[in-house]
Amino acid sequence: MPTRQLTVLGGYPTGPAATIRKDRWWVSPAITLIVLTVFSVYVTWAALQGDHYYANPYLSPLYSPVLYTDPSVAGAAPIAHSWLGVWPSWWPGFLPASPALLILFFPGVFRFTCYYYRKAYYRAFTGSPPACAVNPVASRRYRGETAWLIFQNLHRYALYFAVLYIFILYYDAFVSLFRNGEFGIGVGSVVLFLNATFLGGYTFGCHAMRHLVGGGFDCMSCGKTTARYGAWKRVSWLNARHPNFAWASLVWVGFTDIYVRLVSMGVITDLNTWTN
Amino acid sequence: MSTRTFKIWRGDSGGGAFNEYDAEVDEGMVVLDVLHRIQALQANDLAVRWNCKAGKCGSCSMEINGRPKLACMTRMNTFGPDEVITVQPLKAFPVIKDLTCDVSWNYEQNKRIAPFKPQPRGRDGEHRMYQQDVDRVQEFRKCIECFLCQDVCHVVRDRGRKDAFVGPRFMIRLASLEMHPLDDDDRVPEIMKEYGSGMCNITRCCTDTCPENINITDNGIIPLKERVVDRYYDPLARLARLFAGRRMRTKTRSEEQSK
Ligand code: SF4
Ligand code: SF4
Ligand code: FES
Ligand code: FES
Repeated sequence: MPTRQLTVLGGYPTGPAATIRKDRWWVSPAITLIVLTVFSVYVTWAALQGDHYYANPYLSPLYSPVLYTDPSVAGAAPIAHSWLGVWPSWWPGFLPASPALLILFFPGVFRFTCYYYRKAYYRAFTGSPPACAVNPVASRRYRGETAWLIFQNLHRYALYFAVLYIFILYYDAFVSLFRNGEFGIGVGSVVLFLNATFLGGYTFGCHAMRHLVGGGFDCMSCGKTTARYGAWKRVSWLNARHPNFAWASLVWVGFTDIYVRLVSMGVITDLNTWTN
Repeated sequence: MSTRTFKIWRGDSGGGAFNEYDAEVDEGMVVLDVLHRIQALQANDLAVRWNCKAGKCGSCSMEINGRPKLACMTRMNTFGPDEVITVQPLKAFPVIKDLTCDVSWNYEQNKRIAPFKPQPRGRDGEHRMYQQDVDRVQEFRKCIECFLCQDVCHVVRDRGRKDAFVGPRFMIRLASLEMHPLDDDDRVPEIMKEYGSGMCNITRCCTDTCPENINITDNGIIPLKERVVDRYYDPLARLARLFAGRRMRTKTRSEEQSK
């Protein structure tokens, strides 16, 4: 019995986001949309604050490295933590005096151009396509990543900076074991170490990393145990878990900032072993 | 045994419609079994392609409840008891009749790809390669050419850009040649300019769909995109090549010829 005559051959619906699928295909892009939006809003807010990013001996990863600091601000890093000294007088008055604004660009670009996040936000934010076998939200003439999205090809340059940040974040975590010269450990230290580790897992599992350490060669081992092949194997292991590290590190970096902020504001007390 | 309702698209290049069939389903059946039962008992002229019934020939590709699938590998017990099962021909290719499509566009893409070009033999007169170096290209040999990835890829399926992109199946064929330790050909300019690596926006539907679980995007397309970056977009790599005096092709063969 003919039940329905559709205009598109094969019985396919037309129009944006139309599909025959009956499962809840929109759940995953919706979660992506919500998490990425909440994260971006929070990070922007936190970066604009310029205060309570330091709770001795913890430094929020959103503010690391501290290039300049204004130690008179509540919860600001002490001058010893600053790479270049006190807050510069040339800083334009209309911008909040926040050290985060000086350093967040690179991690931001790194995530934005990440092959995995591209998938996530092309699907969730631009509907290109929203999910598999679901009609894309129309664009005039589709050109993929060849037109204005061509800058995505410079992802590896963002990676170079991201690797640098991993070392800095581990350094921060290491420094968080000393309060006023006394060795110890607090919940915040664990939070900071986990943060560096998640971000490290994310960064070293990068597709561009996988290519650069060995994937770009056809003969990675040529029958020998080469460092190149070994590195490629390790990066490949992380790479297979790249989405997991991407989400874990995203959530954790936000959480770390919240933790340090709340401790710095005195809202919560950090459990630790220090006596001073 | 239970009775299940199937909504099957019937028609040809001139048009068509969904027809409903109630069919008896036995335990252990797959969608292809039910289609055969409908064909035997209710619709003798139902066109459906199949061959191996073992997920190895890639003939029975169709869309089941809106998802590109192999009918012989889609078990009936994966559906809810009252679920109506919608079956359609692949969206990305022209319908011949009912559930069969003309997939010849894919064979045309395949013909465009230059075949394997072996390196000269080693000093001992042998070709040598090592298992660990070919592991990654062997993943792509699992392909059964079901073209489900081609069908689900939005560039091919919905964007009308068959002119600009060979599709995921042929991107991994290219990857298997380009990464092969014994292949002597350089395919990077063609990968970018003719086969269209930049058209893929790595949204991974091909990988999510592949019945052979080939990691098309991560292991095939992205590595190719990175090689394209080396050749065209990375300013430091270009500078390094300049200083080292290493010349690499940036024009495709047909661009070189048309000069
Ligand atoms: S990842 Fe690329 S090739 Fe695969 S379906 Fe998406 S756009 Fe197509
Ligand atoms: S890559 Fe997978 S989905 Fe694509 S044709 Fe081969 S087996 Fe089918
Ligand atoms: S691909 Fe995700 S960080 Fe590089
Ligand atoms: S009939 Fe061969 S794959 Fe389904």
